[in-house]
Amino acid sequence: MTTETLIWLIPLPPLLAFFLIVLFTNKSKVLSHTLAVGAAFLSWLGSMYVFVQALGVHELGKEPFTSSWPWIPTGETWLSIGILIDPLSAATLFFVAWTVLMIFLYSVGYHNYGQPAGDHDIAGLPPHGATVEEHGHKHTVPSIEPMYSRFFAFIGLFAFGMYTLVVSDNLLTLFVGWEIMGLCSYLLIGFWYGKPSARDAAVKAFMTTRVGDVFMLLGIVYLYSATGTLSFREIFTEEILHTLAIVPAGILGLSAAGLIGLLLFIGTVGKSAQFPLHVWLPDAMEGPTPVSAMIHAATMVSAGVYMVIRMFPLISAGWTEGMPLNPTMSVIAFIGAFTALFAATIAVAQNDIKRVLAYSTISQLGYMIAALGIGAYVAAAFHLITHAFFKALLFLGSGSVIHGMEHGVLHTGEHVDAQNMFNMGGLRKKMPITFWTFLIGGFALSGFPIITAGFWSKDEILADAFGNGHMAVFITLALAAFLTAFYTMRQITLTFLGEPRTKSAEHAQETKWTMTTPLVILAIFAIGYGWVGIPEHFPFLGPFSSNWFHEFVGSTLAEVPKAIEFKWEPLVTSLVVALGGLYFGWLAYRKVKTPAQDKLQIPVLKNKWYFDEIYDFLFVKPAYWFAETFTYKWIDSGVIDGFLHAIGRATGGIGHALRNYIDMPVINQFIGDGTAHVTQWFGRNLRPIQPGRIQQYMMLALVVFMIVGGLLFYFLLA
Amino acid sequence: MIPLSWYLILSAALFSIGLFGVLARRNAIAILLGVELMLNAVNVNLAAFWRYGDINQMAGQVFAIIVFAVAAAEVAVGLALVISVYRRRNTIIADEIDMLKW
Repeated sequence: MTTETLIWLIPLPPLLAFFLIVLFTNKSKVLSHTLAVGAAFLSWLGSMYVFVQALGVHELGKEPFTSSWPWIPTGETWLSIGILIDPLSAATLFFVAWTVLMIFLYSVGYHNYGQPAGDHDIAGLPPHGATVEEHGHKHTVPSIEPMYSRFFAFIGLFAFGMYTLVVSDNLLTLFVGWEIMGLCSYLLIGFWYGKPSARDAAVKAFMTTRVGDVFMLLGIVYLYSATGTLSFREIFTEEILHTLAIVPAGILGLSAAGLIGLLLFIGTVGKSAQFPLHVWLPDAMEGPTPVSAMIHAATMVSAGVYMVIRMFPLISAGWTEGMPLNPTMSVIAFIGAFTALFAATIAVAQNDIKRVLAYSTISQLGYMIAALGIGAYVAAAFHLITHAFFKALLFLGSGSVIHGMEHGVLHTGEHVDAQNMFNMGGLRKKMPITFWTFLIGGFALSGFPIITAGFWSKDEILADAFGNGHMAVFITLALAAFLTAFYTMRQITLTFLGEPRTKSAEHAQETKWTMTTPLVILAIFAIGYGWVGIPEHFPFLGPFSSNWFHEFVGSTLAEVPKAIEFKWEPLVTSLVVALGGLYFGWLAYRKVKTPAQDKLQIPVLKNKWYFDEIYDFLFVKPAYWFAETFTYKWIDSGVIDGFLHAIGRATGGIGHALRNYIDMPVINQFIGDGTAHVTQWFGRNLRPIQPGRIQQYMMLALVVFMIVGGLLFYFLLA
Repeated sequence: MIPLSWYLILSAALFSIGLFGVLARRNAIAILLGVELMLNAVNVNLAAFWRYGDINQMAGQVFAIIVFAVAAAEVAVGLALVISVYRRRNTIIADEIDMLKW
């Protein structure tokens, strides 16, 4: 089997798992999770093999693993499906395989496999606990998720979508994977469909990303019509890129490449929850935590960034390093940097442990996009990968915390929100593995120096921003980094440090190995992955590193981008904001026990700058008005139904008239009854002719005889 | 000999009287009497035409005798019918016997 064939097969095991679970093993929890985790493992195995092979190829960028098949005939050309493993997709495949496998494994424990069925658990609502009797007294323990198999089916489908997107060699297959993931995101956010908030969140996510997807589709169509192909390798050739960069698009003075890049970027704005389409991601926390980890941290939102990194040659067509940014890149850099800071300001005021991480994801994605906007290709890819690891780690860790808290809640019978950080505290003693791995993840997120991966990737972005003179971006990102460290330490302090603030926190318990093992493995990556990208001129450590990542991923582009030269300012800034943020976060929150004491619970921040309310006013309410009043009441009920009712009434009137003016008087009375009356009249009047009295018969006979006789006599005989 | 027409006028008169009786009498037996009278008028007519026509033909006499026989039989049947009707309707007034309706 060649590597290409293997690459074709990588997305298939999760898809097969989906079908098998849906069709056959839905009733059996063991079979379903075995199928799903087994499938994830197979794909992981395939991905690792391919990755190792990819490392062995000398110039993977120039000779990637590629294979394509014509799929849909369109007139004279064909749309194809195909696979492409060049350095960028090899690196992406690596982290996708690991995170997917870890999350699948985690889900087994998260949905309480092995626990008894709940007392009042209904499919569609989160499980609430089962009462068990042991040692003579009853207590409540977490119960298994009633829709267990369904979950694994959906995440199997989702994994298929992501793998398809990563290995694809053209925009069409990428878009197919993109949309499958959008669908699965909807299905999984609304997994607990019994909760109205989950249903609403699922619809919101789908609608918002759809807005982005429409523009992306426009971009794809424009690209296809301009170049006749959607395959990456065919588009990213000198002549085509040059032509696209020169040809004006006719709108806003952009070139064709610029407009296409912008349209495709809008797809990313939706999918990766950038401003202004960021509103769906925090609400998406309604889904189970593995969903939040996979879809909204490690894979789906990364897909948006992956796509835009992949399309970098198109976006930067006509631009080279040192030049001012072209319009599309400026827009991208602006949105990225703005979102990074914007989301970070909201995260400091959130009390739900998952919401903080959600805004943190939005913010970090902003980093990657800003990096891409200023042309820092390798830094963006680097941060994408490190972020996937530590964000997945953080989300899975938060799920572990929530599980521990739920255990406490069920045990004590308290009715507290297990996700509110102000109900936690002191969990480092109760849940040590979760604590240490979460700490590593949190430090990686904040950019703790040297030992965490986040430091290396974030530092590279800041260095690129500073080194290329994009000061506005640099300062915004530095501020966002400070806030990131601050709210991360706030989160860690409130959750793990100090003393338990509620009884549930006192009775929290460490979670099972199926949940803690992925945490440990991801923590290893969160520390170690950064070391593959240490810049060469970094003080002390630089000379030991060959900056493998830069050379490897950079070779995806036609020319490997130059590594930014080392400057002290970005490094110092990065250290100051990271360590400073962590320190101040700890300082401010180690004494805070209630939200009232938290000085940062500013309403504007807590309410997400009122964007949900603004969008509700601007888009949702008009849409509802249009649907309910304009379309339903006025047009459908009023015009169309009115027309039908009028026809009905007219027909009724005609029928009525026919009945009352023709049927009744003429046909019934005149013809029907009239005939009867006439007949009766005749009968009545002829009746006397036959009275039954013989003498009268004879008299009649005599008279007639005389008349006839007379007539005969006079006319015939005389 | 007296002229034929006298006999014919006699028979016509008798016939008319009989007819009047049939049509105008109330009593059913009286009606039968009227019928008898008509039949006898016919007999007179037949005999007159025999005597003043071909005397040698026997047909006229024979015809008259047959008419007598038939008249007798018919009166017998008629009276039987009247008795039967009387037993049913307890009346012999012709006007009240109106069963020949439908």
